[in-house]
Amino acid sequence: MILDSKIPSGPLEKKWEKHIMDGKLVNPANKRKYDVIIVGSGLAGASAAATLGELGYNVKCFTFHDSPRRAHSIAAQGGINAAKNYQNDGDSVYRLFYDTIKGGDFRSREANVYRLAQVSANIIDQCVAQGVPFAREYGGLLSNRSFGGAQVSRTFYARGQTGQQLLLGAYSALSRQIGLGNVTMYNNSEMLEVVTIDGHARGIITRNVNTGKIERHSAHTVVLGTGGYGNVFYLSTNALNSNVTAAWRAHRKGAAFANPCYTQIHPTCIPVSGDYQSKLTLMSESLRNDGRIWAPKKKGDKRPAHEIPEDERDYYLERKYPSFGNLAPRDISSRAAKEACDDGRGVGDTGLGVYLDFRDAIQRLGESAIRERYGNLFDIYHEITNESAYKQPMRIYPAVHYTMGGLWVDYNLMSSIPGMFVMGEANFSDHGANRLGASALMQGLADGYYVLPYTLPHYLANVPREAAPSTDHPEFVKAEEEVNARTKKLIDNNGKQTVRSFHKRLGKIMWDKCGMARNKSGLQEAITEIQGLKEEYWQDVRVPGTAASLNQSLEIAGRVGDFIELGETMCRDALSREESCGGHFREEHQTDDGEALRDDEKFHHVAAWEYKGENEAPERHVEPLIYESVKLATRSYK
Amino acid sequence: MKVTLRVWRQENETAQGRFEEYEADNLNPNMSFLEMLDVVNEKLTGDGKDPIAVAHDCREGICGTCSSMINGEPHGPENGVTTCQTYMRSFNDGDVITVEPFRAEAFPVLKDLITDRKAFDKIMQAGGFITARTGSCQDANALPIGKEVADLAMDAAACVGCGACVAACKNSSAMLFVSAKAGQLNLLPQGQPEKDTRVLNMVAAMDEAGFGNCTNQYECSAACPKEISEEFISKLNRDYLIASVRSSVKAKPTTMK
Ligand SMILES: Cc1cc2nc3c(=O)[nH]c(=O)nc-3n(C[C@H](O)[C@H](O)[C@H](O)COP(=O)(O)OP(=O)(O)OC[C@H]3O[C@@H](n4cnc5c(N)ncnc54)[C@H](O)[C@@H]3O)c2cc1C
Ligand code: FES
Repeated sequence: MILDSKIPSGPLEKKWEKHIMDGKLVNPANKRKYDVIIVGSGLAGASAAATLGELGYNVKCFTFHDSPRRAHSIAAQGGINAAKNYQNDGDSVYRLFYDTIKGGDFRSREANVYRLAQVSANIIDQCVAQGVPFAREYGGLLSNRSFGGAQVSRTFYARGQTGQQLLLGAYSALSRQIGLGNVTMYNNSEMLEVVTIDGHARGIITRNVNTGKIERHSAHTVVLGTGGYGNVFYLSTNALNSNVTAAWRAHRKGAAFANPCYTQIHPTCIPVSGDYQSKLTLMSESLRNDGRIWAPKKKGDKRPAHEIPEDERDYYLERKYPSFGNLAPRDISSRAAKEACDDGRGVGDTGLGVYLDFRDAIQRLGESAIRERYGNLFDIYHEITNESAYKQPMRIYPAVHYTMGGLWVDYNLMSSIPGMFVMGEANFSDHGANRLGASALMQGLADGYYVLPYTLPHYLANVPREAAPSTDHPEFVKAEEEVNARTKKLIDNNGKQTVRSFHKRLGKIMWDKCGMARNKSGLQEAITEIQGLKEEYWQDVRVPGTAASLNQSLEIAGRVGDFIELGETMCRDALSREESCGGHFREEHQTDDGEALRDDEKFHHVAAWEYKGENEAPERHVEPLIYESVKLATRSYK
Repeated sequence: MKVTLRVWRQENETAQGRFEEYEADNLNPNMSFLEMLDVVNEKLTGDGKDPIAVAHDCREGICGTCSSMINGEPHGPENGVTTCQTYMRSFNDGDVITVEPFRAEAFPVLKDLITDRKAFDKIMQAGGFITARTGSCQDANALPIGKEVADLAMDAAACVGCGACVAACKNSSAMLFVSAKAGQLNLLPQGQPEKDTRVLNMVAAMDEAGFGNCTNQYECSAACPKEISEEFISKLNRDYLIASVRSSVKAKPTTMK
C-alpha cells in the first residue's frame, strides 16, 4: 500500500491556492450527471451535502439518525476557532496554524493544518450569514473567548451550545437544498457496507433502522463524514449512538486506518458515579477561562472544599505550567489530574476527581456574569450531581472525548480506496496526537464547506459521465450478502450475554490498558484479551427480535462487533508507537518530570494500518511527516 | 429504590398498542430515567424478551431525540429538562410510573416509545433557513448586531426539535417549534430579505403536516425543555399577518430578453 499524501509543492502559504488552480473543474451542466453519496449529516456531512447540492451535484445524504439535526455535532459546547484576530491580540493564520500543529505534538501534516487555518475565517463569515447567533458584545461585534493551548482569544461561541448552533446552521442550508430537490435525504439509514467496483468506491449498502429493509445505493463517489470512535471505550462524552461501523467497514474494504491509538481524554468531565452509568458528560473547556483547577495538597484530605485553606490547595496546572496555567492543552491537563488522583489526592467519594473552582471568578466578576457565560453548563452539572457550582467547586475527572485517529486521507481528503473521501472526525488529518479545543468544529466545517467542494471535482473530472453503476452489479449483490450474513449470524446466535455487557467489558480493557497511560505489557495483554472477547462475542451474544423490524439491540450489536475489532488495532498501534506524544502516553517514554517524551527520529510519521483479513494481523504502513516550515521542538507550556 | 413501570408497547406503526407492567428494582436515585430503562432492558433481554424501544442519543439534553411522556407530562415531572436529564430522584420509592411516546397525529408511533417526527424536517425545508451561498459572504463583523437582539435570537435558537410542545398541546399544534425557528431568523438582519416567505411557507408546511391550530393555551411553553417563550408565538402571528398583507402586492415578474 502506498500512502501518497499528494501535498502540493511550493511555499506553505501558497499550496492550497496553487492546488485549487491546478485542479480540474466540472462544468455546471455536467455536475448534475454525478451522483455523490454522503454518509453523515454532522457538521462535516451536512455542510458538504449543502454545498455540493448548491453547486449542482446530485447529492444523496444518509444518516442513521431520524433527522440530520440530531448528529453528534449538536452536543459540542465550547466554541470554534478562527484566525480572525478580532481581538487585536496578535492572532494570524500562521499563529493558529502553529498553535494547532504544536498542540498536536508535531504529529500532523503541515500543509493540511495550514489550509485549515487559512479557511477558518471564512467559516465564521458563512455561519453568521446563515443566522448562527454567536455571542456578541454590547457594541454588536462578535465576542471571543480563549481555549486551551492558545494565548490569544480566537474562539467564537454561542453560549454553551456552539455545536448545536453551527449544526443547525448547516442543517438549515441542507434543508434548503433538500427542499429544492438538489439533495435527497435518507434518514434512519445506517450504512453497513461500502461497495467497490474495480477498486473504486461506487456505492453503499444501508439498513433502514425503522423497517429493517436493506437497500443498495450507487453513485460516482462516496464520502464519509461519520464521526469519531470514542465509544470504543463504552463510557465517553460521545452520544450513545456514535460508532465506527462506517469507517470500519471501509477499512475492511481497503481504506487504511491512521493513528488509531491517538485518542483524546478530556480533562474536565463529570466523574463516574456508579456502575449503571451510560455516558459521561463534558464540562466545556471554556470553563477554564474562569475556573481554577486544584486538588488538596494532603493525601486523603476528606474535608469539604471550603474548609481547605488556600495554602493547602495545589493549583497544579498553574504551578506546573505558569505561562498557560489552567489553559494548558487537554492531554497535559488530563495527565496532571490523573497524577494527582494516583497520588491519593483525588476528591469525591471515589477519589477520582479534582476541583474546578469558580470562587475567585465569582468574587471578581459577580455571580451574574458567571451565570451569563456558563449558566447552561452549571445547570447541566446541577442536574447530574445535584450540586451547585456557584456554591462549591465542580468535581471533574478526565474522560474519553475525541479521536484524532481515523481513516487515512490524502490532501484531497481521499482515502486509500479511490473515490472514497473522508471528512470531519472520521478522518485523521489535522490534529496530530492531540486536538486543541474548538478545532474539531473548525475542521468539520472546513472539510465540508471549503475543502471537499474544491477537491472532489479533481477526482470526478476523470470519472466517465455515464450513469452510476447498476445496483444489480455483482459487487452490490456480494456486499448485500455480506450484510445479510452478518445480521443473520447475530440474530440466530441465541447466546446468553447481552451486547451491552460485551461493550462494557471492551471499554474496561481499553480504558485500563489503552487509556491515559499505556505500557508494553498492558497493551500485549489487552490484545490477547480482546481477541478472546471477540471469539466469545460471536459465540455467545444474544440479540433479541428480528432483522426485519426496528431492533435497537441489533443496531448496537453490529457496532459493538466492529468496536471489538477496532480496539485490537488501536492497541497494536499504541504498542508499536514506542514513544509518547500528545494523547498517546507510553509510560516507558517520559521525561524526568513526567512529560511526554517523543522520539522524532523513529516516529515522526503517520502510522496507517491495512486490513489483512479476518483474524489476521493488520499491516502497519508509514507516511513520513515532512516539515518544510516548522522546526520540531519539545512542546512546552511552562 | 424500586418503582413499577407501566410502559406503552406497540410492535410497529400499524399494530395495536397496550400498556405492560415491569418492576424496576435496586435503583440508585442518581440514575437517569434512561439509565433506569437500560437496567429494565438488560433484564428483559436476559429473560429472552423484547426490550423496550426508546429514542435517545446524546443523553445530555441537546440532540432532541429522547421523547417520552412520563406520567402524562412530556419529559416528566421537572421543568426545563429533557427525558434524558430526568433523574430517578424526581420519583419516590414505590411509585407507579406511566411511560408513553409523544402522541400526535403528525408523529406516528413507530415502535413502543419511538415516534416519527419527520414532519419537523418538512417544515424546516419549507423555509427554516437563510439563503447564504457557501463562500459568498461578507466579513462577519461587517454586520454588527446588538447584543440584546443576538441574545433573543439565541433564546429562540435553543429549540432542540424534540416535539414536547406538540405532545403537550391538546390540539397538537407545532406553533412553538415554528415560531422559535422563524423567530430566530426573523429577528436577525440577515433574515430580513426572506422574512415574509419564510413565515408563510413554514406555516403552510405546518398545516400540511397535520399539526393542529394554536388556541393560545401555552402548554407548549410550559413543557418545553428549553423553556422557549410563548412570546415567539405572538411574534410569529404578527409576522404572519404582515407577510400575508404584503404578499398581496407583488413586483412584476422579470422576463429574460
Ligand atoms: C460533548 C462534546 C463537546 C464538544 N465540544 C466541542 C467544542 O466545543 N469545539 C469543538 O471544536 N469540538 C467539540 N467537540 C468535538 C466535535 O463536536 C466533533 O468532533 C464533531 O462535531 C464531529 O463532527 P462530524 O461531522 O465529523 O461527525 P458527527 O457529528 O458525529 O456526525 C456523524 C454523522 O454520521 C452519521 N453516521 C455515522 N455512522 C453512520 C452509518 N454507519 N450510516 C449512516 N450514517 C452514519 C451520523 O448519523 C451523523 O449524522 C465536542 C465533542 C463532544 C463529545
Ligand atoms: S437524548 Fe439527546 S436530548 Fe435527550
